[in-house]
Amino acid sequence: MIRDITIGQYYPAESRIHRLDPRVKIICTLVFLVSLFIQNSLLGYVIATVYLGAVIRLSKVPLKFIVKGLKPIVILLLFTVVMNLFLTQGGETLIHFWIFTITENGLRASVFMAVRLMYLVAGSSIMTFTTSPNGLTDGMEKLLHPLNRINVPVHEVAMMMSIALRFIPILLEETDKIMKAQQARGADFESGNLIQRAKAMVPILVPLFVSAFRRANDLAMAMESRCYHGGDGRTKMKPLRYKGRDRAAYILTLIYIVVIFVVGRYVPFKLWIF
Amino acid sequence: MSIALEHVNYVYSPGTAYEKHALKDVSFEIPQGQFVGIIGHTGSGKSTLIQHLNGLVKATSGKVIYEGQNIYEEGYNMRELRSQVGLVFQYPEYQLFEVDVISDVCFGPKNQGLSPEECEKNAREALELVGFPEKYYKQSPFELSGGQKRRVAIAGVLAMKPKVLILDEPTAGLDPKGRDEILDQVEKLHKETGMTVILVSHSMEDIAKYVERIIVMNHGEKMLDGTPKEVFRHYKELEKVGLAAPQVTYVMHDLKERGFDVSPDATTIQEAADEIMRALDLAGERRKEEKRDTQDSDKEEHL
Amino acid sequence: MTKDMIHAEKLIYEYDKRDEEGNVIGSERAVDGVDIDVPQGSFVAILGHNGSGKSTLAKHMNAILVPTGGTMWVDGRDTKDPDELWNVRQSAGMVFQNPDNQIIGTVVEEDVGFGPENLGVPTDEIWQRVEESLRTVGMFERRKDSPNKLSGGQKQRVAIAGVLAMEPKCLVLDEPTAMLDPNGRREVIRAVEKLRREKKVTVILITHYMEEVIDADQVFVMDGGHIVMHGTPREIFSRVDDLKAYRMDVPQVTMLAEELRKRGVDIPRGILRRDELVEALCRLH
Repeated sequence: MIRDITIGQYYPAESRIHRLDPRVKIICTLVFLVSLFIQNSLLGYVIATVYLGAVIRLSKVPLKFIVKGLKPIVILLLFTVVMNLFLTQGGETLIHFWIFTITENGLRASVFMAVRLMYLVAGSSIMTFTTSPNGLTDGMEKLLHPLNRINVPVHEVAMMMSIALRFIPILLEETDKIMKAQQARGADFESGNLIQRAKAMVPILVPLFVSAFRRANDLAMAMESRCYHGGDGRTKMKPLRYKGRDRAAYILTLIYIVVIFVVGRYVPFKLWIF
Repeated sequence: MSIALEHVNYVYSPGTAYEKHALKDVSFEIPQGQFVGIIGHTGSGKSTLIQHLNGLVKATSGKVIYEGQNIYEEGYNMRELRSQVGLVFQYPEYQLFEVDVISDVCFGPKNQGLSPEECEKNAREALELVGFPEKYYKQSPFELSGGQKRRVAIAGVLAMKPKVLILDEPTAGLDPKGRDEILDQVEKLHKETGMTVILVSHSMEDIAKYVERIIVMNHGEKMLDGTPKEVFRHYKELEKVGLAAPQVTYVMHDLKERGFDVSPDATTIQEAADEIMRALDLAGERRKEEKRDTQDSDKEEHL
Repeated sequence: MTKDMIHAEKLIYEYDKRDEEGNVIGSERAVDGVDIDVPQGSFVAILGHNGSGKSTLAKHMNAILVPTGGTMWVDGRDTKDPDELWNVRQSAGMVFQNPDNQIIGTVVEEDVGFGPENLGVPTDEIWQRVEESLRTVGMFERRKDSPNKLSGGQKQRVAIAGVLAMEPKCLVLDEPTAMLDPNGRREVIRAVEKLRREKKVTVILITHYMEEVIDADQVFVMDGGHIVMHGTPREIFSRVDDLKAYRMDVPQVTMLAEELRKRGVDIPRGILRRDELVEALCRLH
C-alpha cells in the first residue's frame, strides 16, 4: 500500500531527540552518513549500530516505524546485495556452482553494503521523524544562510521544501484514491508488458497533476492572503538558539566520528571478520 | 439476484500503530433493483463498506456474495465484478483525464474490451442517461462546470452498464440546484433501468426524499437498517451518534408533543404537509362540533 | 467615505476569455456593478449558486483580486493601492473552501503562527496570539498535531485560528463548510459564532447552506455577477420562489411552512426556525 511509505513523515513525540535544535540533527545526520562510508569493519559497524540504536531509543520512535520506512528500498537493497555477492571477487571461495562464485569478500561486501544502505535510510528517517518539516527547513535555512550573499534564495527554497513535505502524504492518499477510482472503471495496473503498464499510468498521472496544480494554486492564494511576501521582514515563531543539550549532542557525535575514523583507519580488518 | 455481505470484518493496517477495526461483523442483502441509502458520519466505515462491494478492498474475514457467488473464491473474475458493480467515488470529477468528454466516458467500456464502436455507443447512452448535453461531447472535461464534470464522471461508470450503481456523496460541493438535478437524474435512472442504486450521503433530507431503505453505519457496525420511516423513528439514537433525522421529522415530533393528532413518521415535506393538513382539518371539525354542541346546549338552556 | 468595514461601489471584475491557443476571444464579467456595505461588527452572508460571482467578490475583500472597474474599500483603504496591500490583507483575513489547501504548516501551532510571522510580530507575542486563537476555536489541545490527522471541521477551525492570529477586524469566509460533513459544518459555524460574540469581529460568510445564514444581520443573494436580493434573512426567506429561481434553496422548515401556506393554512411568511413553525401551527390548532 502506498500509504505505508513513512519516509519524510514526522512522528510527534516528546523526546530528547525531538527537542534538539534542527541544525544539530541535520549536521549529526550528515556526520553519521559520512561515518558509514569511511570505514568498513565489523567493529565500525558495531559502533555505528550502537550510535544509531541509542538515537532511535532516545527518540521514542517505535522501531517498527523505522523498519517500515525501509520497505521502499527493498528492491534496491536486494539488487545491491546480489551484485556485490556475485561480482566481488577475492578472498576464500565459499561456494562455487556453474558460473557463480561466492567469495568471502563478496559475502562481506554484500552484507556491509546492505547494512550501510539500511543505516543510511534509517539514519535520515530518524531525522525527519523527530524534526517537524518546518523545523527542518528552518534548520536548513539557517545553515545555508551564508549562501544568501551569493544570491541564492535560501528562504524560498526552504519554504518550498517544507510545503513539499507537507503535501507528500496528501498527494499519496490522492494517488491511492485515483487508482481505486480508475480500477472501479476497469483499469488494470498489474498485467501487461512494460509499455502497456506505462500507458496504464496516464489515467493516474493526469488527474494527479491536475490536482497538484489546483492545490498549488489554492495554497499560493492562501499564503498571499496571510501576508506572505518572502523572507524579508519575517519573524520566527520558533527561532533557533543552541542550548546545552545541543552542544552535548555535538560533542557526542564528534567523539563518535573520531572513534569510527580511528577504527576504520587503524584496526586491521582481518582481526574482526566474523 | 442480489448483492450481500456476510459477517464482514475489515481491519485496517493490522499490526501497526494505525490499526483500526473499520468494519465489524457487517451483514446485509440488497436485492436487485432496490434504492438504498447508506448514512453515517465521517469515519463510520461507510466508504470502506462500499469498496467491499466491488472488491476494491478485501475483507479480513467474511464473505461478499454477488449473484449467489462468493467474490473471494479463487478464480472469481474481479474485473467483471467491477463492471457490474459500478462505484462512483466522492468528487469523481477529479479522475477525469482524457482530452474530451466522450473519450473519457469510453475509458470504462474500453477496459471491458469492447470495440471502439460499442464503446462510443455505450458512452453516448450513458451521457444521455445523466442528461449531459450532446454539444459538449467533444469539449475538454476540464473546461466544464462542477456539476457537468460530475455528470461526465458518473457517465464514465454508467457506460460500463453496471447492474448496481454505488454513489459516494454524489452531491458534495454542489449548489442546491445542482444537487437536486443530480439526485433527480439518479432517481430517473433507477426507475428507467431497474438498476440497484446505493447512495451514500450525509444529508438526511436527501436520503429521506429518494431511497426506499436506509442502512445506518456507526463505528464500523451496522446500527440500523429499514425503511426511512423505521430508521428515523430512532431519531434520538441517531443524534447520539452525531446524526439526525430530517428537520420535518422533528417538526412532527414537536407538534405531536403539543397535542397535534399527527403521526411523527413523516420524513419528507409532502408527507409532513399532508399530515399537518389532516390534523388541522380534524381539529377544525372538532371545533365546529364543539361549537354546535355548545350552541345546542345554549338552546336547551333557553328553552 | 463611510465607516463601513467593507464598502464597494459599482465593483466590476472582468476577465479575458481565451480559446485553446490562448488568444483572447472576448471578456466575461464575474462581478458586474456590485454595491455593498458591511458595517463594522456586523454579520453578513452572501448567497449564490456556483458560478454566481460570490467567490470572486469575496476575493476582492482580501485584495487577491483587484477590481477592473469601480472601487473596493476595506477598512477605508482602497484595495487598488499597492501600498495598502498588506494592510488590507491584515485587516480582512480570509478562510477558503478546501481545508487541505490552505494549511501551510505541518504542525497545527506552526500553521497558526504563519500569519503573524509574515507580519513581523515578535516571537513572544506570536506564541501568545497562537495560544489565544487556538483556544477561541477550541483547537488548543491539538496544537502539536499534524494537520493531516485532523477532521475536515477541525482543519477549518485551524484555518480560522490562523487568520485570527493576524488580529483582523474582519473575517471573510469563502464557503468554509462546502466540503464538510454536517458535524464539521456545525463545528465551524459554532466557532464563527463564538468569535463574533467574543472578539466582535465583522464576519462575511459566503455559502450556499441556508441554515448557516439564519443569524445574519443582512443577506445578499448573487446571480450572474449581480446582487439580486438584499435584506434580512426573514425577508429573503419569505421569497421562496425567487430563491428557487436563483438556484437557491431554503431550509426544510421554511419549505414546509411555504407548502402549508400554499394549501391555505394561515401562517406568516419567512419562517426560519422549527419552534416558529410549531408555534404558528399551535395557534391555529
